[in-house]
Amino acid sequence: MPLSQQHLLGIKNITAEDIQLIFTTADNFKEVINRPIKKVPSLRDITIANVFFENSTRTRLSFELAEKRLSADVINFSAASSSVKKGETLLDTVNNILAMKVDMVVMRHASPGAPHFLARHIRANIVNAGDGTHEHPTQALLDTFSIREKLGGVAGKKVAIIGDIMHSRVAISNIFALQKLGAEVMVCGPITLLPKYIGALGVKVELDVQKALAWCDVANVLRIQLERQQIKYFPSLREYALYYGINRERLNRLDKEITIMHPGPINRGVELNSDVADSEHAIILDQVENGVAIRMAILYLLANAAA
Amino acid sequence: MHLFLFIFAVLNAMQKRLILNAELLSITVDRLCQQLIENHSNFANAVILGLQPRGVHFSDLLVAHLRQLISKDIPYGYLDATFYRDDFRRRDKLATANATKIDFIIEDKEVILVDDVLFTGRTVRAALDAMMAYGRPSKVELMVLINRKYTRDLPISPDYIGKDVNTIETQKVLVDIGAGKKNKVWLINEEA
Repeated sequence: MPLSQQHLLGIKNITAEDIQLIFTTADNFKEVINRPIKKVPSLRDITIANVFFENSTRTRLSFELAEKRLSADVINFSAASSSVKKGETLLDTVNNILAMKVDMVVMRHASPGAPHFLARHIRANIVNAGDGTHEHPTQALLDTFSIREKLGGVAGKKVAIIGDIMHSRVAISNIFALQKLGAEVMVCGPITLLPKYIGALGVKVELDVQKALAWCDVANVLRIQLERQQIKYFPSLREYALYYGINRERLNRLDKEITIMHPGPINRGVELNSDVADSEHAIILDQVENGVAIRMAILYLLANAAA
Repeated sequence: MHLFLFIFAVLNAMQKRLILNAELLSITVDRLCQQLIENHSNFANAVILGLQPRGVHFSDLLVAHLRQLISKDIPYGYLDATFYRDDFRRRDKLATANATKIDFIIEDKEVILVDDVLFTGRTVRAALDAMMAYGRPSKVELMVLINRKYTRDLPISPDYIGKDVNTIETQKVLVDIGAGKKNKVWLINEEA
């Protein structure tokens, strides 16, 4: 069974079967990247453009590594050093790249829906690497894959997403992915950082972080996205850390052990303290390793579903 | 009425012909093991790799019998060549990968690749590539249960053969062996 889609635009438009297929394929690639020779020739006749209109370290490196381990040819493009600054439109930029015979485009863009727009207009497989505050599907897939690996499954697990839900594409994609796989989801954060109608997605809403921790099996802690906040949503970072920061003392007050996740980059001492981030409960670096395997699986499966 | 049944039986036989039954299969497996022992005597430097997905049913059978014969454990693993195939994106069906299980070193070893049916040779070509990702063996041999003659796309020939079969391209070989199976091998005419 191939993927139901030719593009990975968001978790919203893929099925639970798609996610399971990506997971089983990623299992195989995880084995590949732990071999002495970590490379397979599957995509050797494919060229992939990584088009990043927004900054990224982890996602971009992870995609590039995944592409290279699949033997694809890779070209990188970042908006900071391109003709976008000279006023070229998104469609023109990408069409120019495609004229150089590119088969797939991995794109990050500040505008929600930018990859969807591209998918309607060009003949190439599009992978959304984050569109504004909308979706970040590969992050959600690697997060749920990591939960599956750590806890043996996703269905029936309780996952709390804590922090800046309002500005987070990771939160939305994670909610969709977790629900499709049968997990229970709670969001937790200061009321100003929770979207007004978030409850409509069928998630529990909690303002007290200690209660959220007591409820969940897994806490996915998100970064405060100061760069997206034009106004002040809370008085100070210190106050945020005091009320919502996860530290050892909060975990010690629980009568169980929970798993801590973070999509990175961490603001140490704000949403997550070092005594938790570096503890045995955190699977943050496993998430990074799984990210490469998940992205290899996505690229491999999309290459088979030629646009 | 009997005539109809007779014609039906003849047609059925034409569609599906038994080429190995359970008894012949066990004799064949025994003979292949003896050949391996002849060439590798005490298996000091040999390892066996079954090819995923279907070759492992046969290799499981073979290795179990071989371990009995020499009363010794031989390094044995599964190799999956899906990501090394040359028909990726060139056929409609998605090739889904299977687990590779090699928990020993193949560097400088004599590797015996085991598959159920040798047809075009493309799977073996991919398997050779996949195997090289684990190291450089000193020697590689190929064992197949069924060798389909005159169908090769690549210059690949087996070192150990269970049974040679003359086939045409539209025919299929059905290997029904493994746990809970009937341990039979059939030749099937697709177009009939």
